[in-house]
Amino acid sequence: MTALLLAQTAKRFWMPEGVSTVSRSVDGAFYFIYYVSLFFFLLIAGLMFWFMWKYRQRRPGEAAIGRTTHHRTLELVWSVLPAFLLVAMFWWGFQVFMHMRVVPANTLDINVLARRWNWQFVYPNGQDHDELHVPVDTRVRLVMRSEDVIHSAFIPAFRVKRDVVPGRYSELWFEANKPGEYPLLCAEYCGTSHSDMRALVVVHPTSPTEALPQTYDQWLETANPIMALTEELYPEYVADPQAFIDKYKDDPKWGKIVSKLQKSPVVMGEQLYKKKGCVQCHTVDGKRGSGPTWFELYNSKVALRDGSTVTADENYIRESILEPGKRIVAGYDNLMSKIKVSDREIDMIIAYIKSLQPQGQSGQ
Amino acid sequence: MASISASPAYAFEPRAAEADYLSHDTSLRSWLFTLDHKRIGIMYLLGIMTFFVVGGMFALLVRSALWTPGAPGQEKGLITHNLYNMFFTLHGAIMVFVVIIPGIPAAMGNFALPLMLGAKDVAFPRINLMSFYFWSLGVVLLLVAIYAGGIDTGWTFYAPYSTYREGGAMAGVPWALAGVFLIGFSSIFTGLNFITTVHKLRLPEMGWFRLPLFVWAIYATAVIQVLATPVLGITLLLLLVERLVGIGIFNPDIGGDPVLMQHFFWFYSHPAVYIMILPALGVMSELLSVFSRKHIFGYKFIAYSSMAIAILGFLVWGHHMFVSGQSDLVSTIFSAITFTIAVPSAIKVFNWLATIYKGSISFKAPMIYALSFMWIFTIGGLTGLFLATLATNVHLTDTYFVVAHFHFVMAGTIFVFFGAVHYWWPKITGRMYNERIANWGALISVVGFNVTFLVQFVMGAQGMPRRYYNYPELFQIYHQISTVAAWTAGIGFFLTVLSLMQSFFRAKNAPANPWGAVTNEWRTPSPPPPDNFDQPPPVEDPYDFDLVRYNPNTDAYDFVERRERAAAPAH
Repeated sequence: MTALLLAQTAKRFWMPEGVSTVSRSVDGAFYFIYYVSLFFFLLIAGLMFWFMWKYRQRRPGEAAIGRTTHHRTLELVWSVLPAFLLVAMFWWGFQVFMHMRVVPANTLDINVLARRWNWQFVYPNGQDHDELHVPVDTRVRLVMRSEDVIHSAFIPAFRVKRDVVPGRYSELWFEANKPGEYPLLCAEYCGTSHSDMRALVVVHPTSPTEALPQTYDQWLETANPIMALTEELYPEYVADPQAFIDKYKDDPKWGKIVSKLQKSPVVMGEQLYKKKGCVQCHTVDGKRGSGPTWFELYNSKVALRDGSTVTADENYIRESILEPGKRIVAGYDNLMSKIKVSDREIDMIIAYIKSLQPQGQSGQ
Repeated sequence: MASISASPAYAFEPRAAEADYLSHDTSLRSWLFTLDHKRIGIMYLLGIMTFFVVGGMFALLVRSALWTPGAPGQEKGLITHNLYNMFFTLHGAIMVFVVIIPGIPAAMGNFALPLMLGAKDVAFPRINLMSFYFWSLGVVLLLVAIYAGGIDTGWTFYAPYSTYREGGAMAGVPWALAGVFLIGFSSIFTGLNFITTVHKLRLPEMGWFRLPLFVWAIYATAVIQVLATPVLGITLLLLLVERLVGIGIFNPDIGGDPVLMQHFFWFYSHPAVYIMILPALGVMSELLSVFSRKHIFGYKFIAYSSMAIAILGFLVWGHHMFVSGQSDLVSTIFSAITFTIAVPSAIKVFNWLATIYKGSISFKAPMIYALSFMWIFTIGGLTGLFLATLATNVHLTDTYFVVAHFHFVMAGTIFVFFGAVHYWWPKITGRMYNERIANWGALISVVGFNVTFLVQFVMGAQGMPRRYYNYPELFQIYHQISTVAAWTAGIGFFLTVLSLMQSFFRAKNAPANPWGAVTNEWRTPSPPPPDNFDQPPPVEDPYDFDLVRYNPNTDAYDFVERRERAAAPAH
């Protein structure tokens, strides 16, 4: 009982809660090595302190008692015996690693785009989101690519990590077995805001619970409400958002999606500003970031690197989002990667930028 | 200037007593153009200590910035995202390239190696001086890099971040690459010199198994320096070419392969870990036997394990890349070879224990450092097992677990470096350091160091990634413990440097052999004359402590004459 309790404490002390099918086997290997190491550490440190006490020099210049200079058998024994433990560690690690690396058949594939400094997850229905949502007890494969430098997707709770290398696809698979919310962290240094490149992983239960009221399918349906609207409905929403929401909020087909819509494109734009990662480089309070601030940007005169000036109207903003390297603002690096963003989303972002004016003034 | 080809180092001419190597000419010119290995060693020592302080300050700035977790997108006080990234990069680059790699070989090796061999100097004294100037110039370029826009790539210079011509790493990167390139050459020159010196300039009757183990370790290190460093040089040049000219080598946008860069980099940088550790292991053999007054245990096993580590060290670089995109088969092979290197490392530790067993252990500062490193290296070695194992590596790589692991092995060698500095200090300066302050300095820095990084093993296993400026709040308590401990270690190092400096002002003169060591440098007066030896020293077993006898009048040891021992064989 005590041993079990100690083991539980050790478990929380070293490794975080593991919630994937491989986490148990990874932790098994970890604790095997841990207890072997602990044994040898206590042995070596214990002997060292014992010798330090027992064989301390009692008067200056005292000669040593021991005269042994070598012992072939002893040395061979302590060279060869630990090797068996090393083979066991290697084999254990190899087995689990192969299990982690061989992607099983019939996976749910989610595309991952990594760029400085945010993650974008593209789901099988084409919708994208800044959070990784997966169903519980399902094999999920992440097909990852980087738009710029090397990143690394690290989900500690699943015990998985894989570098996202530009110019190729990287794969990673896991099967989460406990619903909940877990962090995904970028583990390969990627520049200024590397430490802010984190995302939320949500493992959805098979039936709604209090903490997670949606299943994966339910969530996916409403993940990106603007894109879910039809060609007919979208203009209606833009024309008068409040009226549109009131009209469709009880609609059996559109109700759920409409509940995710905001009362104005400005607020939708603000959400997108955070979701698409704009927030990592562009401030909205006039401070300098890795990119130009959006505060008072709309309709202002922007000095470009080539010496020319341009007015930051809708066309300029749209172009800067879609082709970020085309016209570089003076004093800034050409740093921004291309970003997966639709025209509807651009509309919302422009609406948000227009709203970023000093108190009492409005761009609209 | 003495030309080494005109008078072989072992051709000794009897000469009237003259001033020691420090005082025979004190002009600035005599230092700047010196060909004396001892003076070059001292210049290296001063430079390395200075940059140890600089690198340490960057470490403390990094740790201080981590006191609060911050929030994504938010700056924390004076140290911004970019400054933080620059500080950890400079900390790593300075400590690795400027301090630890040259640390023991170029400073202590330069001083002690020719003396141990009974030689007048190294084989190529001019190349030795050139090595120091290349190192200095490299350091200057690193400083220029800070001024020219900074560097924020991490000490690993991973492409394509480091080679984007725009919108990537800071503008100082090309300067830093050039600086490290030059420092690499200084390392190659040192290695070349030591290999040749060991082969050609040791006393004629000194066989390979009469060499002190420090010499074996420096020799093994030199082989790595000569064979591995050119690969770093080439890699840095390719990075420079890609960044400045835009020829695609590593950046996939222009046809390169970023994983190739990691292979090149670690082909040098893993052996470089052994460039840092092997000399420390060599010093350990000297310190543990001298301060136990007992023959080193298992001389041949230790000597061969140094060579085994040097060779195997070339075959394990891929273990840095298990999650990077190299093939799984390759990862498996690298994991297997990595485990084999655990064997010679373990042999070293067991032999150290057997050496102090039934010894006569005195706790002078060098011994305190040596025993501390036995503890530190055991932890560093054992935690390496978690990282060599494929499955656990996936979770632990690029987290603080790795940071803690490599500080326990690489930064741990700093303690051996200080052990070596204290050990040879009487010989180098002719002064005894203050034992009491030195002991306190050693203990405080060792305890601080241990707490700093032990807690990082825990947060690494919990999932805290390395090189993070803002971090999830749950890690704050670990970071705060680590930061307090790092400052404690800083105070310890400060005391240590203080005690060394103090010895110039009010310490007593050092006897020729204060510790009772039997290697040849202790047969010279402290400090030694410019040409080291008037007579060729006798070739003896470097660990036979019957060769010296304690003299209570001087509180030092005298060498027992040959005929005296022949008349009355001890034991």
